Amino acid sequence: MPKHTFQLNGETVTVDVEDDVRILWVLRDVLGVTGPKYGCGINVCKACTSHINGKAFNPCSVPIDAIGADDEITTIEGLADTVPGDGLHPMQEAWLEHDVAQCGYCQPGQIMAAVALVHRVRQEGRAITEDDLDAIRNVCRCGTYSRIRQAIKAGAEAM
Amino acid sequence: MSLHSRDTVPERSGRLSRRSFVGYVLGGAGLVVAADLALGAGPAQAKGLPIPSLPQIPEIYDLNDFLTHCTLPTSGLIAIHIDERGDAHFALPRMEVGQGITTSTAMLIADELDLPLDRVHVTLAPARPELLFNQLTGGSNTTISTYTPIRVAAAVARKALLDAAAIQLGALVSTLVTKRGVISDLLGNTLSYGDAAALAASPETREVKVRLKPVADRTIVGTPQRRLDALDAVTGRKRFAMDLDIPGALPTMVCRAPDLNGTAKEVRNQAAVEAMPGVTHVAIIPTGVAVRARTFGQCIDAVRALDVAWNAGTVPGRSADDILRELRRAELPLAVPKLGATTVEGDFVFHFRSGSALEPNCAVADVRDGSATIWGGLKSPIDAQSKVAKALKLPQKAVTVNVVQGGGSFGRKLFSDAAIEAAHASRAFGAPVKLMWHRADEPRQGRVHPMATSRVRATILLGSVATFEQRHTSVSTDFTHGLGERLTAEVAALPTGLANLGFSETIFTLTQEVPYDFGVVTQLLNESNLDFDRFNTSSVRNIYSPDVRCANELIVDQLAKKLKEDPVEFRLRHLKSPVVKRVLRRAAELGEWGRAMPAGTAQGIAIHKEYKGATAVLVEIDCRPGTVGRKVRDAVTGPRVTKATVVIDCGLAVNPLGVQAQMMGGFSDGMAQALSYGNHLVDGHFLEASWDNSAYTRQWNAPLEFHCEVMDGDSTEPGGVGEAGVAASMAAVACAYARATGTMPTEFPVNFRAPLHFEPKPFVPSVPESPTNGLDHVS
Repeated sequence: MPKHTFQLNGETVTVDVEDDVRILWVLRDVLGVTGPKYGCGINVCKACTSHINGKAFNPCSVPIDAIGADDEITTIEGLADTVPGDGLHPMQEAWLEHDVAQCGYCQPGQIMAAVALVHRVRQEGRAITEDDLDAIRNVCRCGTYSRIRQAIKAGAEAM
Repeated sequence: MSLHSRDTVPERSGRLSRRSFVGYVLGGAGLVVAADLALGAGPAQAKGLPIPSLPQIPEIYDLNDFLTHCTLPTSGLIAIHIDERGDAHFALPRMEVGQGITTSTAMLIADELDLPLDRVHVTLAPARPELLFNQLTGGSNTTISTYTPIRVAAAVARKALLDAAAIQLGALVSTLVTKRGVISDLLGNTLSYGDAAALAASPETREVKVRLKPVADRTIVGTPQRRLDALDAVTGRKRFAMDLDIPGALPTMVCRAPDLNGTAKEVRNQAAVEAMPGVTHVAIIPTGVAVRARTFGQCIDAVRALDVAWNAGTVPGRSADDILRELRRAELPLAVPKLGATTVEGDFVFHFRSGSALEPNCAVADVRDGSATIWGGLKSPIDAQSKVAKALKLPQKAVTVNVVQGGGSFGRKLFSDAAIEAAHASRAFGAPVKLMWHRADEPRQGRVHPMATSRVRATILLGSVATFEQRHTSVSTDFTHGLGERLTAEVAALPTGLANLGFSETIFTLTQEVPYDFGVVTQLLNESNLDFDRFNTSSVRNIYSPDVRCANELIVDQLAKKLKEDPVEFRLRHLKSPVVKRVLRRAAELGEWGRAMPAGTAQGIAIHKEYKGATAVLVEIDCRPGTVGRKVRDAVTGPRVTKATVVIDCGLAVNPLGVQAQMMGGFSDGMAQALSYGNHLVDGHFLEASWDNSAYTRQWNAPLEFHCEVMDGDSTEPGGVGEAGVAASMAAVACAYARATGTMPTEFPVNFRAPLHFEPKPFVPSVPESPTNGLDHVS
């Protein structure tokens, strides 16, 4: 079986798996990294949202052979380590402050999408708008959308 | 039969006087205390009769009384363990699916025990058949039925700790005080709960009488508390069934028939699929062809590669309009004839909608010779245990069912479909399985809210509403998840006249109520057939209430219009319950009812009374073309609810922050059910196969402003909140839509007849391929 090497949450990992297996299953089924959730497998629900080289992506829709040894994947488990200090990421803190999660299933993906959104609008030199929030595609079947919006605004201020 | 009143609860329930209860210190090592789960479980007392409308059944005895009544014959005890550090541990015989009951339960224990909240650890109990009917999570009944027994167990623990400390410190119990897990005497000597617990262990089980803390002495219950599992949720540490590491349990998926409920006849390429990368097993099971592989991705590939001969499904060739014709034929007649200008009526259609949560149906199963172990998010674990045992032809006690927190439920996880499938697959393979549905399977083959019609006719005589009739006609609802067994077993306990009704009619009768004085009021349910195997039905965060209330409230607005009255004033003048009037007044005040709105936008307001409480919702909707026509890729946009105000009185709100969360979720559901969330039955199968097909509320639909107020209720007992927000939300959105567009909607969701916003995915293969272009969309 082919070997694939990449960077995962700050560490170099190597896995033995077929080239076309999507990264979500490499993370969950091979490596036991279960923070990214399955919700659709077709890049619609966004429950698996993680970061590749600092930007949001959906590992359900990327085969393992599409990434190289230097590509850095960050899942919810590694988010806190992307900021200084021993604590949580400011977006995670905002999520706790606003008591966003209900069942919690979509929340890792929501938080990863939120952090990437803040980075993106910063690079564009602007603040988050209601239109930016409207464009978030992550599904929350518990319907926590309003608290997600509040938490993103608060998390962005603290980032 | 007569109804039990609160003051005549049978002696066996352990209640001694107003605040005295009996619990137990269990014999053995360590301090384990217990209480009877049936404690305090008295059905409501009949209240004074409102005039002129005769009281409807739910005013006297409702579904929650019934569910609570079911706990009375329960002999099972629930136990709290105090460990050597003085922390409390409790295995809740209910299922956490996001509704916040592990947090609210910990709050009850912490307050009664004088222990910090973070030192109370609530887990979920496995299936406990000795609890009989008392392990079903549904009907928003958890807090209503467990409120007293949990507090009694905690009070017994506190008393046992105090008794042990009194001996150790040489002091009278009455002079000791407890605070944050420490016991102190008058001299300032202290003993920690951990040390006291070691001394409090009892060689044999003994009975203890306790009194519960007065409300005024509480410091946690009634205060807003964040969820105790939030840290795990935001760090990815929260474990759902598919996150468990069960040795040997490999990913498993099912290839399903193109038709709804079709079955597999033959696999034509079994050897070829078994030879695919990662694949270990392929076998026909009752619901399709199961495949097991190293990764779920390889399961998806194998499902797509399978060449299967299928048997027809349960509704071959049928479409939504065929089912609508069946419903029309089953409609019961309205009794009052149509009287020209004095009649106001409406005829409403509610389409199927998917009940799927974001976590798909899933379960882990390890079936060995003569035994089986299941792990899953199961709201009826005893029923799951029984059904898995039946499927495997094993005695029930040979099946262990472990309950795992669920990624949402909305009624869906009352059914144990995935657990039963996983058991079949594990037996067929002779290997443990981690079985998960593909998303496409969920709306297509999963549980749906039954399609229904509701006819309402009201008559106005001399400026008053003289009659109000409703005939609700529904595709049969599946109640075989344990609630059905309860009804069978408890039939003698039902009020006179209910015993001879079917399950569905009983549930309808126990939950539905027109809370207005509208003269002669009748509400009847009929079902189009008795074959609940044809469609896989379930509650979708409520069964009848959202549709029934939506139809009611639209007609109430029409009545107000006919009588030229303000809709809020009209409702206030006719509502029977002061609690409902209070939430309505408050919602009107907070949401600025009656403020001037631009053309094409409007307010809508509605109420709902159920779960020992009441809800009022006021929304503002924007139906202007610019808003309705806004474009979002692969999405239903449509009218935008710009602002929502929800007011609830749920009696004692154990955790007001959690109640607000449930109202927010209930609103998202109610709005979606009114505007966008439906399942299209065409030619024997449902078309929807993804979250972009099923238009549940997304961020682009969410209200820009959402406000929820939890009113201080007069009741000192908690009501239910899990479903309490849905009905009034759906109704308020429908009423606002009617006002903004000038047309009363009669079919829900309102966009059902609009051209499909998606290209239906193929039915063979049954699941779509995962894309490979994800890196083109990084953001």
